[in-house]
Amino acid sequence: MLSIIFLTIVLLYIIGFYCLITTRNLIRILIALEILTKGITLVLIYAGQVSGQMSTAQSMVITLIIIEVVILAVAAGIIINIFNINDSVDVRKIFRNKE
Amino acid sequence: MNNTVLYILLGLLVFSSLLTVMIKNTLKAVIALALVSAILTVIMFLMGAPLAAVFELSVCAGLVTAIFASTISLTDDPTPEPGKNKKRLGRYIYLPIIIAVVIGIIFITKPGLNFTTVIPAVSENTVQNTLWHERNLDIAGQIVVILAGVFGVVILIKERSKN
Repeated sequence: MLSIIFLTIVLLYIIGFYCLITTRNLIRILIALEILTKGITLVLIYAGQVSGQMSTAQSMVITLIIIEVVILAVAAGIIINIFNINDSVDVRKIFRNKE
Repeated sequence: MNNTVLYILLGLLVFSSLLTVMIKNTLKAVIALALVSAILTVIMFLMGAPLAAVFELSVCAGLVTAIFASTISLTDDPTPEPGKNKKRLGRYIYLPIIIAVVIGIIFITKPGLNFTTVIPAVSENTVQNTLWHERNLDIAGQIVVILAGVFGVVILIKERSKN
């Protein structure tokens, strides 16, 4: 059972990192970060189950979720500002405008 | 039976996260992300973390989706390029190859995937006790992070209204 969970975590990491590397849309970059965070959440719960300290794992997951939401809110504000200045959320267009 | 349900849910988790990154429409991708969160909630509940599961469901599947939806509605890119979808999907042709290579490396280095070093449960505190007594510095950190986030968003909105 645990090996399958480990494989799922690895797959989530690969999907998140691949999306992070290949995408040029700022919102999709945030979505990729979210998928990576899901993988980390699963790691923490898995670690809690393996070590038998689920309460510590749960408290760390709660902390992680709060930090994740705050980062997301600030990043969304930055993206909206970038869109207002450059009229696009595409990284290539933003750099083209800068040049 | 419980394990079978967990396997199915883990498969669904990977499938929905793939759907999230490959879907063309960003709003639909966000809805798929909410689905990922909902599936992760059930997995966490089955693995014995009900409190964290509730947080995941209410915050990640609810609040995060709302933030994403409002961001997308405020940053609607008006000029979609023709043939963009084909180009976009073309980026993901290497993904199955990378997944196969990584899984191959894992199977070679750890044949049979025997990571099962389950340590018997130590003293099992309640989450409330852990959060408020053992890790109370985390609570202080969370408050600081939330305040930093609030001030950050306020400053960003101020800048926007000035522009």
